[in-house]
Amino acid sequence: MDKPAPNISGIPEDELHALVDGRLAPEAAAQLRQRLAADPEAAATVAAWRTQREALRALYGPIAESPLPASLVAAAEHAQNLQSQAAQWWRWGGMAAAVVLAFGMGWFSSARWDLGPGGIASKGAGQARHFAQQAVVAHAVFQPEVRHPVEVTAAQQEHLVQWLSKRLGRPLKVPVLTAQGYELVGGRLLPGDEGARAQFMYQNAAGQRITLYLGALKPGSADANTTEFKFLQSGSVPGFYWVDHGFGYAIAGQLPRGALHDLASAVYAQL
Amino acid sequence: MNRSLLVDQLPGLRRYARALTGNSWAADDLVQDTLERACTKWQLWVAGTDLRAWLFTLMHNLYMSQRRAARVAMNSVSIDELESELQAPASNSDDPLDISRCLQRLPADQRAVLLLVVLEDMSYKEAAKVLAIPIGTVMSRLSRARSRLRELMESGRPAPSESATGQPPALRRMK
Repeated sequence: MDKPAPNISGIPEDELHALVDGRLAPEAAAQLRQRLAADPEAAATVAAWRTQREALRALYGPIAESPLPASLVAAAEHAQNLQSQAAQWWRWGGMAAAVVLAFGMGWFSSARWDLGPGGIASKGAGQARHFAQQAVVAHAVFQPEVRHPVEVTAAQQEHLVQWLSKRLGRPLKVPVLTAQGYELVGGRLLPGDEGARAQFMYQNAAGQRITLYLGALKPGSADANTTEFKFLQSGSVPGFYWVDHGFGYAIAGQLPRGALHDLASAVYAQL
Repeated sequence: MNRSLLVDQLPGLRRYARALTGNSWAADDLVQDTLERACTKWQLWVAGTDLRAWLFTLMHNLYMSQRRAARVAMNSVSIDELESELQAPASNSDDPLDISRCLQRLPADQRAVLLLVVLEDMSYKEAAKVLAIPIGTVMSRLSRARSRLRELMESGRPAPSESATGQPPALRRMK
């Protein structure tokens, strides 16, 4: 980059710019104007630049006052919504971390477990708890996802079911929640401590998303046959989870408890 | 959060895009592209920081890369040269070169600095931030932009002597 042409008048050119752009303190500006009075060339430069400035502002200034095209407003609102979701992701990410902590602090103490001897019970309960915890984290991670909420979309449902059934080692069925207003978005495969996990995502007309998380629990664990619904309230991502014949299920979404329970019942009835 | 509402930034973005591109369709396309880019880049915007500067940076980068792409498509003809060529016929008319046409003849990086400072009222520091260049470069580009614009404006004024007396008597009737 070559340097700007030296100012013949001796006044630093940066000061001339600052004067034209109104970036000088009042005293400094007044002083400079005095010097310009004795320097016709620099004064002419300043005058020309002022003319440019005024012409540009007069020409383009009104564009900022003109009505915005609806398409741009819509695009801006869309972008803003995504930003809120991105911000929510961070909040939920933080929340997910809080969930992990809370689990560690016996936050699930309200969950009732129909278990045998205490020692095994706590171990089994721990496994199911851990499963539910992973479900909540997976929900928090993928629910706000805009571009890739699922790996395989509902359009390829047959493939989705075959694939996840194979990976989870058991024939799966995708519950239909249309009666509750939810359509399948698709599904994805996730790693769990006990092996593969499947996550199905559903969305209603309002864009509300719920996820169903499922996978096999360790064979022979004490709660392998527990079928009771457990409600978990993490503050922001409530859900129900249950264990059925060695398989764990968790449904999570930002819904009232009653609505979630209806969904959980609908899923349970179909599986 | 209200200070960071995207829709509140639209008027300024449109104004700048209009002056930068010199064309109202291209300008709104550029704003639209900027908003789309924002969608995919939100995670890079740190909430609470200067949304306006961030959006102007996105727009500037988009504009420059679109120009580069156009230049490649044009078989490496410099857009600036091309613009001068395309607009040369207009300047041969007796109309004075208006400021918008002169503005489009500036190199894009100079035009950007001039517009951010003059039209968008950014401080030199803000303009440097938006364009990701040192403040010294802002000052030198501003200087060159203003000098060049002045030359263009002054040279574009109607020169009656040229058209009235400089013209040969082309229609002299042959006997």
